[in-house]
Amino acid sequence: MKSLVSIFNRGLLKENPVFILMLGLCSVLAVSVSVVNAIGMTLAYSFVLICSELTISSCRKWIPRSLRVPIFILTIASFVTILGLIMKAYFPDLDKALGIFIPLIVVNCIIIGRVEAFAYRKSVIESLFDSLGMSAGYGIAIIAIAMVREVLGNGSLFDIPLFGANFQPALILILPPGAFLVIGIEIAIVNALLKRIESKGGKSS
Amino acid sequence: MSDLQQLGQILLQSVFAQNLVFIRFLALCSFVGLTADFNSAVGMSWAVTFVTVMASTVSYVIYQYLLLPFGLEYLQTITFILTIAVFVQLVEIYLKKAIPSLYRMMGIYLPLIATNCMILAVALLNVSEKYSLLEATVFSLGASIGYALALIIMAGIRERLRYAKVPELMKGYPLIFITSAFIAIAFMGLQGLGR
Repeated sequence: MKSLVSIFNRGLLKENPVFILMLGLCSVLAVSVSVVNAIGMTLAYSFVLICSELTISSCRKWIPRSLRVPIFILTIASFVTILGLIMKAYFPDLDKALGIFIPLIVVNCIIIGRVEAFAYRKSVIESLFDSLGMSAGYGIAIIAIAMVREVLGNGSLFDIPLFGANFQPALILILPPGAFLVIGIEIAIVNALLKRIESKGGKSS
Repeated sequence: MSDLQQLGQILLQSVFAQNLVFIRFLALCSFVGLTADFNSAVGMSWAVTFVTVMASTVSYVIYQYLLLPFGLEYLQTITFILTIAVFVQLVEIYLKKAIPSLYRMMGIYLPLIATNCMILAVALLNVSEKYSLLEATVFSLGASIGYALALIIMAGIRERLRYAKVPELMKGYPLIFITSAFIAIAFMGLQGLGR
């Protein structure tokens, strides 16, 4: 049980897909304009990651090594297609806001990387915890970026205005350059935090 | 507006005003990973340009003449990713046999390209923007030129940044992103081009 918790925790900070591994950045930067979009993207992404990891890890004994990559890609693409149809049918507004980044989950490096490096080798339960941890790590990163951008760039949170009518939002944060700026600063903060945790751990041991 | 003007407009838009990397946030993995060295940035740009133009045109033809007549539009994501993967493999085999010098130049980047989100994105955008075949080809070309431009600008800047004094905290990735933010501001200034 302890090892399962540590598998989950790894995705949160130490191997955070966005801040540390630098994978799957495209959707993070593009969608983090508002917190609602960020949460929608996290749910969509978790759906695909969890389903593909579970499928691959439960079928891993029957997947030949030489054919594994095409099989992974097809599995992921099928779940993305299912997701796309669900989104179009039940959440048309969110689907429009996320746009091309829903089909692009197929080529998200984190998903194919986790499937290859983890789900193909480990049991179903371990894969479940790994995919949950990675989804949570992705969610934390994208929501952290979206919060800064929405509050400062639009003066609102969850689309509710926070400040009075006289507030002049820093529009640049909503525009593309703002995404680069915010993620740069947040990566620096995460690195500093990790360094501090490591140096503390080094002293006590 | 004549057809030629329309094509020119698409080209300018896709290179500058809608630059794939800085404005549309695509292909960021390779943008961050491959710009540490100028030569690999140039090699990757060639490889991506080549594959994007070919693969997205092929995907477009498949969509128009195979998926649309049979009402299978919902299969576009699967079809496109398969087309791209097969195409990359074919290009690799062909180049290895026929043009070894070119293969040496961009061979190692080819496997990386299959998961480069830019190619799938261009193929999907071609369909969703309802371009004609010629427009789609021009858009793919413009998008890849924009990508090459972004990679080369960034690689050049990073070669200089190596000698700059930077706060310890900002070294590495944070610096790359903050630099990109400023380049993106410059690209925002080109928004009016090709309107």
